[in-house]
Amino acid sequence: MKVRTILELPDCRVLASGCPEREITRIFCCDLLSIAMSKAPAGGVWVTVMGNRNTLAVASLTDTACIILAEGVTLDEGTAAKAEEEGIAVLTTGLPVFDMALKIHEAWEP
Amino acid sequence: MSGGLTFRYTIDGDDFTRAGEASSSVKNKLKMLGLSADVTRRVAIAMYEGEINMVIHADGGVITVAVSDSEITMVLADTGPGIPDVEKAMREGYSTAREEVRSLGFGAGMGLPNMKRYTDEMQIDTVVGKGTTITMKVRL
Repeated sequence: MKVRTILELPDCRVLASGCPEREITRIFCCDLLSIAMSKAPAGGVWVTVMGNRNTLAVASLTDTACIILAEGVTLDEGTAAKAEEEGIAVLTTGLPVFDMALKIHEAWEP
Repeated sequence: MSGGLTFRYTIDGDDFTRAGEASSSVKNKLKMLGLSADVTRRVAIAMYEGEINMVIHADGGVITVAVSDSEITMVLADTGPGIPDVEKAMREGYSTAREEVRSLGFGAGMGLPNMKRYTDEMQIDTVVGKGTTITMKVRL
């Protein structure tokens, strides 16, 4: 599955489109940046409620392809622009973390 | 690749919005030097953990990254409070981070263990009241 598929998911709003043709490797859910730092897979789609500049830094350093902010969490404009610059897709959704991850999973293996 | 490249960064204390910039810069430079994705990721993660620690605990410091033909050496030096019990600090889950830091998603007590996990060598020189210098090496 490519980032493009995630960008087109219903229930999500795109804040930065990143690299739409990039291949997704895994789905990852975690809200503790310290743990995400050691466990976020390269090329992963990361679902979290942590929406601050450090989330982006962790995503960038771990080569995460896409961040989905759950529970209506969003990013300020500066951080969204920075995400675009770094080639990381960022979306926001009103769904809880599990429900969102499940939707990605279903889109992956319908 | 010729040896002897060195990068030096001054880290601001308590500036969380900028924490990670030095690590990002190093990651991009290593990528441009053509180093493998694995080495680049390990250096970036270890350095970021150290950078965050400097911001949380030591009011900043200086990071030097040297790239040779055989290894990457990161030296993180600060004049912070020092680490009273290194053995305890190396234990996963042990943290002395403030509540505001935890609310940002840090302070889970994973920093030093992660730094050790992602590097081939790590040495901690610390004196309470004087500061800490951490040297990490990743072999190419």
